[in-house]
Amino acid sequence: MFGRLTWDAIPFHEPIPLITSAVVLLAIASLGIWITRNKWWSYLWNEYVTSTDHKKIGIMYIVMALVMLVRGFADAIMMRAQQSLAIGASQGYLPPEHYNQIFSAHGTIMIFFVAMPFIIGFMNFVVPLQLGVRDVAFPTLNNVSFWLNASGALLINLSLFIGEFARTGWLGFPPLSEKAFSPGVGVDYYLVALQISGVGTVLTGVNFVTTILKIRAPGMSYLRMPVFCWTALASNLLIIAAFPVLTVVLAELMLDRYLGFHFFTNDGGGNSMLYMNLIWVWGHPEVYILVLPAFGIYSEVASTFSGKPLFGYRSMVFATLAICLISFMVWLHHFFTMGAGGDINAVFGIASMIIGIPTGVKIYNWLFTMYGGRVRFTVPVHYLIGFMLTFVIGGLTGVLLAIPPVDFVVHNSLFLVAHFHQVIIGGVVFALMAGYTYWFPKAFGFTLDERIGKWIFWCWFIGFHLAFMPLYVLGFWGATRRMQHIPDPTWAPWLHVAFVGAAIIGIGIALTVVQLLYSIKTRDQRRDVTGDPWDGRTLEWLTLSPPPHYNFAVLPDVHGEEAYWVRKQTAIKQDQLIEEPDYQPIEMPLNTPTGVIVAFFAAVCGFALIWYIWWLAILGLIGAFGIFVWYAWRDEHEHIIPVEEVRANARERRRIRMEHLHNLSQST
Amino acid sequence: MSTVSETPAIGLTHGGSEDTGLGQRGPQSKSIVVPYGFWLFVLSDMVLFSALFASYASLVHATDGGPTTAELFDRKLVAVETLALLLSSFVCGLAMITAKRKSMAWTQIWLLATGALGLVFLGIELFEFSKMIGEGAGPQRSAFLSSFFTLVGCHGAHVTAGLLWLGTMMAQIWAKGFRQDIVRRLLCFSVFWHALDIIWVAIFTIVYLIGTLP
Repeated sequence: MFGRLTWDAIPFHEPIPLITSAVVLLAIASLGIWITRNKWWSYLWNEYVTSTDHKKIGIMYIVMALVMLVRGFADAIMMRAQQSLAIGASQGYLPPEHYNQIFSAHGTIMIFFVAMPFIIGFMNFVVPLQLGVRDVAFPTLNNVSFWLNASGALLINLSLFIGEFARTGWLGFPPLSEKAFSPGVGVDYYLVALQISGVGTVLTGVNFVTTILKIRAPGMSYLRMPVFCWTALASNLLIIAAFPVLTVVLAELMLDRYLGFHFFTNDGGGNSMLYMNLIWVWGHPEVYILVLPAFGIYSEVASTFSGKPLFGYRSMVFATLAICLISFMVWLHHFFTMGAGGDINAVFGIASMIIGIPTGVKIYNWLFTMYGGRVRFTVPVHYLIGFMLTFVIGGLTGVLLAIPPVDFVVHNSLFLVAHFHQVIIGGVVFALMAGYTYWFPKAFGFTLDERIGKWIFWCWFIGFHLAFMPLYVLGFWGATRRMQHIPDPTWAPWLHVAFVGAAIIGIGIALTVVQLLYSIKTRDQRRDVTGDPWDGRTLEWLTLSPPPHYNFAVLPDVHGEEAYWVRKQTAIKQDQLIEEPDYQPIEMPLNTPTGVIVAFFAAVCGFALIWYIWWLAILGLIGAFGIFVWYAWRDEHEHIIPVEEVRANARERRRIRMEHLHNLSQST
Repeated sequence: MSTVSETPAIGLTHGGSEDTGLGQRGPQSKSIVVPYGFWLFVLSDMVLFSALFASYASLVHATDGGPTTAELFDRKLVAVETLALLLSSFVCGLAMITAKRKSMAWTQIWLLATGALGLVFLGIELFEFSKMIGEGAGPQRSAFLSSFFTLVGCHGAHVTAGLLWLGTMMAQIWAKGFRQDIVRRLLCFSVFWHALDIIWVAIFTIVYLIGTLP
């Protein structure tokens, strides 16, 4: 009846997961009671859960990413604690089978359920606003994508309470991840969660490429798009081209595990190197799926806070697309030691170094954007400068690793761990924090506290360097990654420093929560009444904060690059807004529970697959198909916002803008 | 509110530009956006199959002492199978033409024929699979057979999904008539069905023809 699911799956005898489970369940229960007390369920359901508004969906992605960041960080600090305790005679506090689950969960969560949803959240929130339009191409599909991602995250977290997680690292390499060596449910949790969220991500890719190529404000030609939109386009093209490969390789491993196929097994002619190739054909572009939009965020920040147009806009676009292309030609550098031979390794090594060139172009562009500008040292600019310092070093260690003979020496060592954390924290996470601060007022109508924001930055910046610089040293000394026990006591001081660094990052994450609560409490002092708190240059700052559901009462007419900046300067010069346009009623897509129901059935089906409850899996599939047919049968797709409402809102905005304009022209 | 339906609201969804150039005239209409998005989805499906082809190509000789391609495949059977699928695609094209003319009876007939030919294809594939499994050449036998069953089976799964979709479309046209959004959906279905043809041609060539070369 319940497959291999028995009471033994609940970790009654293991204190750490048991206590964690209890605390998390308590937190969820109290959150539920709090929402019920305040009667917020219907608000949440109508305004967020079933919303097809790209802004709301973006916010939901980012909330999920922040929650999962706490989970992923808890894993990180546990690993650092174990490695700084389990030295020499001491065995630390984590047994190997638990430690292995933790490093696997840490990597899986941080990439798939923190970095990805954070980036996709920004794309959701920002891209339609910057393009000057009202929503993405497929609003309902967008909601479905989010909830599929969320059910993947749910399954990963479920593994903490019911059963176990994979012990095979964040990419689950066979033959270790095959049934013969990992018979438990851990790898199945990993596979199923990633398959479900992967489907959501592919749909996001389709949605955003269509949006950016087909739905833009009048006059917004390709070379007038803000750089963030360009990077989002490149990132989503990579999603369409790379994620199906992930789906295939994980499906093949599932077939091996569930039906006894021989893709990657040691017997039957299977070839585990096929897995390495396929997973990295996805895995390397994945790095750029994350970092390209991050580059886009830095570009927006650099130009806005330097008060200058972005230096070398066209070279930035070209560099973005060059990276997009080359990122598909370097995957083999993840396993130079496979033994493909000198020629092949050389080709991939050189390709890996070439990718540094367009990235270097970008660094110079940001530097020249700031050069001669009137730079305001806000929180996002702190992250921008911190990123440039950190990322250049990370890039250089990357070039070192791209030299095959060097890679043979430091392969699979802590040197590698330090390298990829340097580019991902220094490149992606700093951008996420910068973007979070930068766009927060647009989403909620008030800014985040600047002072605490700077503390958070310093925690991340100092904490990162303390945590990872020692790992470079240890890597050179031959420390391999993923060690549950450290045999050499001379490594102790470096590991202790690394732990302190991780703890400082932890303070930064805690301060992020403090900053949010404090900013909400004191929001009246920091209201963004004008909708343009940073003196912005792109169209998202044209509308109010938070924007109405339809974003723009009338789609803006774009003349030249920096659509909003040109318009603002003209208005200041003439001391008047553009002539009041003729308002029209607006059609907007209706809310729909399709996404959350489909995701519910997907999660049920996934859970049933993990525990071999076949009847439930079939039921889940039928349910998902049923809801699609039900959705396809509907007759009402849109509701119409009456022209009176549009006009009233737009006039209010014009009044605020006029006031702002007078203040501006008086001050100049 | 009659004026509402007459004045095209420059919304996201309707009455957008039909301009197929570089999109400088504002958001494009749904009749362009929806098929465009669906083409991108088909593209991602093609990438999916390309990864399966890559797996097949690298495992085709990993027979582990078991049967090889030449011993297993029957060109004549596959020829009939291919004919059924290509014909199904052709008939699907006829259905699209009659749908454009809003002829309910003919559209339903052609769609039914499309589905029937798809079923013939699927039946032959299942017959081939069960015969192979019966001979001890199932997917568990060797890495080659694992990749063969996965590649061809994935195409078969797509055909099955297409048949489910086809059935739903027939019911929708019957219940709701040739509404704009339904016809658009039918267009997406036909794109999907033709794309499966293209993939089958590749399977036919790479798996069956090359596999049975003397």
